[in-house]
Amino acid sequence: MSAQRAQARTTDWGPDAAARARTLLERARWAADEFASFDRAQVDRIVRAVAQAGHDNAARYAEWAVRETGFGVVADKTTKNQACSLGLLARYGDEDHVSARYDADAKILEIPRPAGVVVALTPSTNPISTVYFKVMLALMTRNAIVISPHPAAKAASADAARTLHAAAVAAGAPADVVQVVDEPTIPLVDALITDPGCGVVLATGGTPMVRAAYGSGNPALGVGPGNVPVLVDATADVVAAAKRIVASKAFDNSVLCTNESVLLAEDSIAADLLRALDDAGAHVCDPVERDRLRAWLYPEGRLRTAAIGRDAAWIAEQAGFRIRPGKRVLVAPFERPFEEPLTQEKLCPVLGFHTVADATRGIRLARLLLRWGGRGHSAAIHSRDRAAIMAFGAGVEAMRISVNVGASLGSSGFETNLAPTMTIGTGFVGRSSLGENLEPRHLVQYTRVAYNRDAGVAFDDFAGLQPWTARPTPPAARPAPHDTARPAGASQTPDGRAGRQELDLLREEIRRLVRAELQNALGAHHG
Amino acid sequence: MRDYGFVSYSSRDDFFDRSRAAWNPGKTQFWLDQGVDLVIDRRDGYHLWDADGRRLIDAHLNGGTYSLGHRHPELVAAMNEAMTHYDVGNHHFASVARTALAERLLATCDGSMGKVIFAAGGGEAIDIALKTARHATKRRKIVSIRNAFHGHTGLAVNAGNPRFSRLFLVDEPSQFPQVDFNDLSAMESALRGGDVAAVLLETVPATYGFVMPEPGYLAGVKDLCERYGTVYIADEVQTGLMRTGEMWGIYKAGVVPDILVTSKGTAGGLYPLGAVIVADKVAGWLDEDGFGHISTFGGAELGCIVAMKVLEITGRPQTKATVASIAARLSRGLGDIRSDHPDFFVGIRQNGLVIGLEFDHPVGAQLVMRALYDNGVWAIFSTLDTRVLQFKPGLLMSPELVDDLLERLHTAVGQARDAARVTSGRAA
Repeated sequence: MSAQRAQARTTDWGPDAAARARTLLERARWAADEFASFDRAQVDRIVRAVAQAGHDNAARYAEWAVRETGFGVVADKTTKNQACSLGLLARYGDEDHVSARYDADAKILEIPRPAGVVVALTPSTNPISTVYFKVMLALMTRNAIVISPHPAAKAASADAARTLHAAAVAAGAPADVVQVVDEPTIPLVDALITDPGCGVVLATGGTPMVRAAYGSGNPALGVGPGNVPVLVDATADVVAAAKRIVASKAFDNSVLCTNESVLLAEDSIAADLLRALDDAGAHVCDPVERDRLRAWLYPEGRLRTAAIGRDAAWIAEQAGFRIRPGKRVLVAPFERPFEEPLTQEKLCPVLGFHTVADATRGIRLARLLLRWGGRGHSAAIHSRDRAAIMAFGAGVEAMRISVNVGASLGSSGFETNLAPTMTIGTGFVGRSSLGENLEPRHLVQYTRVAYNRDAGVAFDDFAGLQPWTARPTPPAARPAPHDTARPAGASQTPDGRAGRQELDLLREEIRRLVRAELQNALGAHHG
Repeated sequence: MRDYGFVSYSSRDDFFDRSRAAWNPGKTQFWLDQGVDLVIDRRDGYHLWDADGRRLIDAHLNGGTYSLGHRHPELVAAMNEAMTHYDVGNHHFASVARTALAERLLATCDGSMGKVIFAAGGGEAIDIALKTARHATKRRKIVSIRNAFHGHTGLAVNAGNPRFSRLFLVDEPSQFPQVDFNDLSAMESALRGGDVAAVLLETVPATYGFVMPEPGYLAGVKDLCERYGTVYIADEVQTGLMRTGEMWGIYKAGVVPDILVTSKGTAGGLYPLGAVIVADKVAGWLDEDGFGHISTFGGAELGCIVAMKVLEITGRPQTKATVASIAARLSRGLGDIRSDHPDFFVGIRQNGLVIGLEFDHPVGAQLVMRALYDNGVWAIFSTLDTRVLQFKPGLLMSPELVDDLLERLHTAVGQARDAARVTSGRAA
């Protein structure tokens, strides 16, 4: 019995995970190696084909993801899948992450160097859009990618990855440029991220996974969890703010990690704001409902994962009260923000609501909320006071602040001019090396070929040369040397062989002299 | 239902019933009446967790017992290491642990002190200090200040508020005259007769609400002591071990005492320990009769080993610098809170991390304590001045935690102010 178990463990959890990871990564390295010599036009063709395939299947996978995970809203997921396929193409299609580039003034040539193999961990909340996103970014930068989806979304994620892979290969991409793990396990993920064959880990998910990515010994772009505070100050357009916040909370039932979690309302407009939220489609809980909601949503003080991505009516019913049809968000006012479960991240259309005396207190509290959880991630403010907006940006430790816009799509770059992304860098303050929204340029680095700054040394014109095809010019084809001057007295032969012989003689003479000197110094014993 | 293995109970009420029945009904009920239904479970750093999992920032620290934080990992490691080799030891014999700790304590006093006598706690340490002074001067009287607190052992209790000595019929007012704090002429009147063995002073009286000594007061008392042949005993239990930003508050005040008493934080809250650091000129009884004060657990070796680690951590330049940073941040933040509630929050008494907050209401500090508790902070009011909250942050707090603590205090002061208005309204 125990021997059987040991055997089973070896098979499922033991060396096989490492071997399997290595097999995947070795295939990916070959694909990346081949891909690295593709030119802009080839890459462009592949990226377009994959974007189109993603778009064509956006609704199908949106439905599949909701069916498999129970999270979110099909229509909204479809929108996100479209945004992460043709949407990304529209945004980044004109960017060139393939060709060499050079700056004649700086006298620097830059040669792109992709990560090679991207190991991508993808979440259950936004499974397809994240697979799309990471595959698109990898392909735009000529990286191979190995995806390890969240177990709760593995079937839809794997199928989507294969669909994109088929489209890429049909458009000329190397085989296995996109691979996916069907049965993700912790040992397998661990083996993937720690294997030397992994070029960079893209970790989107919970803190333990992100920390594991950073502890892997491999380069990692890890991003942590959010818990978005949103401040509505007395100068805000309260009605507009309420509409934006409700729409943002309702979007995909709040599964985007950039969605608002706690609304801090300045005292003087708090009552108006609550009315406006009600008008905009939110249900404002009374204290009894709030207590029931808290008790259900945070049993033992921790978020009930069954609530993630579910709709407001369902959550209210679970908590033991009913809301009117058409209400899409539950607003839960609380008086004390400290040790209050409703200040935690929710990932469902429940919005904590707390009144602050003034914007200064609101900023300080928003800062604390992020320190308790979600530091570095994102925050939002609705205000017409530029000084308050600046103070909020400085005081609240988020790497992006959405202003007068819903935070779900604002901070993720779909309704602001931030880079549209499914991966939110939390910056040094959030223990990440990435402080921005992840975009294609983060997956490629450049070798910088820097010339002598001295004006007397010329830079070259690299037009028409490609890094992956350039070869040193054969001797016969070399142009005459620019500078034929030689030091006086040195012998000059066409191939320099006589000069080398002379040098060898000189070296031998020096060695002889040194030997003699040493013998004198050390005496006969050491002769 | 909670089951700790050694005890289980069905509900909080059930537990409090048992606590009342088997332990201390008065104390158990008092805190419940105050709205503080705390049963401490987990503790880590500057946080406590209630048995129901509710987290509190500890800004009481048992008067500095946990200045370095609850279960500081370096102290726990030192304790665990000591446990593999030591126990409390035998109090009769010379001991390497006691001697080593005594040498380190003396080194903190710039050569002004000569001997260290160990106790199992602060009260016993005060008793030793008073007995030492009586032996050295051959006088009996001990002068202390009204509303002082020096512990509840036989002599120490007499130097404090008479409520506690009368309760047990151990009060000896003729031998323990008391004067007002910050009143030098009253002090001189008390000493002028030349029959006072010792003046016993907390450098900043804690239980009285951290009333700050006026400039020159402590030095003036020391001068009087020298003039009248009286021993100056500095009770540094709440002001020592870097709480004022210097190792000892009394030295920071420019006064070299004849006797210095330390306890509470001396062994980091992992072991009970008190110490009496004495100048050679008053240490005669240790030569005359070394068995003069016997204490089986005084200077227990396990405690001594942890205490050496406490002194090492406390003495690090980084610790001192951090205390200065925390004190400055708190000073600024407390000022902000006060300017928001100037009609209620009327006083800030601060010397480093020795802080008293004064509220304009007869039980203002109890109201703030209660509001802080609701906002996840445990800080205690001053027993002998219920207008003043004792606010005792740790020496090693992070900037984030200091900000967090200030924000909670800000909220709590506002809520207590509202509550104060209601109670005043009712009274009127």
